[in-house]
Amino acid sequence: MENFIDIKCLNKHYGHFHALKDVSLQVSEGEVVCVIGPSGSGKSTLIRCINMLEEFDPSSSIVVDNIPVKKGKSLREIRAEVGMVFQSFNLFPHLTVLDNVMLAPKRVRKANADELREKALSLLDKVGISAQADKYPKQLSGGQQQRVAIARALAMEPKVLLFDEPTSALDPEMVGEVLDVIKSLAHTGVTMVVVTHEMGFARQVADRVVFMDGGEFVEAGEPAEIFDNPKEERTQKFLQAILNH
Amino acid sequence: MEILDTFFNIDVLRRTWPLLVSGLGTTLSLSVVGIVASMIWGLLLALGRLYGNLPIRFLVGVYIDFFRSIPLLVLLIVIYYALPFVSVKFSPFTSAALALILVAGAYAAEIFRAGILAVPKGQFEASEALGLSYFSMMKDVVLPQAVKVVIPPLTNNSVNVLKDTALASVVAMPDLLKQATQAQSLAANPTPLIGAAIIYVLILWPLVVIVSRLETRFATEER
Ligand SMILES: Nc1ncnc2c1ncn2[C@@H]1O[C@H](COP(=O)(O)OP(=O)(O)OP(=O)(O)O)[C@@H](O)[C@H]1O
Ligand SMILES: [Mg+2]
Repeated sequence: MENFIDIKCLNKHYGHFHALKDVSLQVSEGEVVCVIGPSGSGKSTLIRCINMLEEFDPSSSIVVDNIPVKKGKSLREIRAEVGMVFQSFNLFPHLTVLDNVMLAPKRVRKANADELREKALSLLDKVGISAQADKYPKQLSGGQQQRVAIARALAMEPKVLLFDEPTSALDPEMVGEVLDVIKSLAHTGVTMVVVTHEMGFARQVADRVVFMDGGEFVEAGEPAEIFDNPKEERTQKFLQAILNH
Repeated sequence: MEILDTFFNIDVLRRTWPLLVSGLGTTLSLSVVGIVASMIWGLLLALGRLYGNLPIRFLVGVYIDFFRSIPLLVLLIVIYYALPFVSVKFSPFTSAALALILVAGAYAAEIFRAGILAVPKGQFEASEALGLSYFSMMKDVVLPQAVKVVIPPLTNNSVNVLKDTALASVVAMPDLLKQATQAQSLAANPTPLIGAAIIYVLILWPLVVIVSRLETRFATEER
C-alpha cells in the first residue's frame, strides 16, 4: 500500500541539541502506529514535526498524502487534514464545548452553520458528551475535556490523527474512557500515530509499534513482536523497566 | 467671602460657561480619537513586534522605546512648531491627536504584547494544528483570551490619554483648559479655571475608580 505519511531522514536540532537523528518512518493509509520510548526520546518531537508544530532541519523530508510538509500555503492544507490531540487538551477556554468543536470547520471549511451544528453534536455524541455541549471546558472533568478535544480534531474530518500521550494528564479512573474513544476510531479508515505509555492499549490497537530512544528510531514491528520478542537490547531494557515498575 | 468671589464666582461661571462647554467638547473628541486610534495602532505594533520578520520586529522595538522615552509635550511642540520648517503643517487638533496616538500607541503596544504573551502556547498550537488561519487564530482564540489581561492597563492608558489632552492647549487648541484660561483673562477672574479643574476631576474620577475595580476583579479571577 502507498505510504500515506512518509518521513525520510528526519533530523531536528534544538540549538545544539540533536533531538531527532535520521528518523525514517512510513505509515500507510488507515494504519495505526503507536510510538513508545523513554521520556526525552523524541516521541513528541517526532509527531509534532508531522504537522510542523516543530520546524525540522531542511535536509529532512516529510510527505503527508502526497503533500510535502513545508512552510507556506500548503501547510494549512496539511494541518486541515491532520488532526492532533494534545496531552494537555488545549481546549479553548473562552468557548463552549460545542463552539470548540465548531470553530475550525466554520472558519476553514466555511460550511453552513446548521449543518455544522448537527455534525458537531453528533461528534459529541460519538465521544459521549453531547449532554455537556453548552458547558465551558473548565466545567468538565479531564477525561471529558480530552474527549471534547478528540471531537474537535474529528470535526475537520482528518485523514490523519496524531495523539501525544492523550491520557498522561488524566486521573487513572479516566484513562479508560478516553482510550475507549481512541480505540473506536482505530481501523475506521483514519490513519493514526499515537505516542503512548499505555502498553496494554498499544498492544491491543496498534498495527505497528515503533520504539524510539535517544532521538533514534530503534525498531518497529507488530505489537506481539515488539512486546514479546524485541530484537534490540534497548527495547528489551525499556520494556523490562516498565514491567518491573 | 472674598475667596468665594475670587475662585467660585457664580456670575463669572455663568457668563463663561458656553466657552467651557465648547472646550469640553473639543477635549472629549480629541480623547475619543486618541484612545480609539492609539488602541488600533498599538495592536498593529504589538503584532508586528511579536510576529513580524526581523527588520520589522527591530523597527517596531525602536519605535516603542523611542515614543515611550520622549515627553509628550516635547513631541507635541516638535510636531506643531518644528515640522512647519520642513513644510509639514498640521492643525492644532491634528498635531495633538498625532502626538497622543504616537505615544499612547507605543504604550498600548506593550500592553497588547503582554496580553498576547499571557495566552498559553498550547492555544496557539491547537489553533495551528486545526489549520486555522493566522487571522482567525488571533481573532477567535488569542485576542479574546488576551483581552482579560489587557483591559485594566488599557483603561488606565485611556485615562492618561484623556488627561494628556490638556497639553494640547499649548498649541492653541481650544480644548477645555485653553478655553478656561481664555475665559479667565476675559473675566479677569480665575473661576473658569477652577470650573475646568472640577470638570476634569468629575470626568476622570469615575474612570479611575473603574480601573482599580477592574484590576482587583481580574486579579481575583486569576486565583
Ligand atoms: N523546545 C525545546 N527546546 C529545547 N529542547 C527541547 C525542546 N523540546 C524538547 N526538547 C528536548 O528534546 C528531547 C526530546 O523531547 P520530546 O518532548 O520529544 O521527548 P518525548 O519522547 O516526547 O518525552 P516525554 O515522554 O517526556 O514526553 C528531550 O531531551 C527534550 O529535552
Ligand atoms: Mg512527549
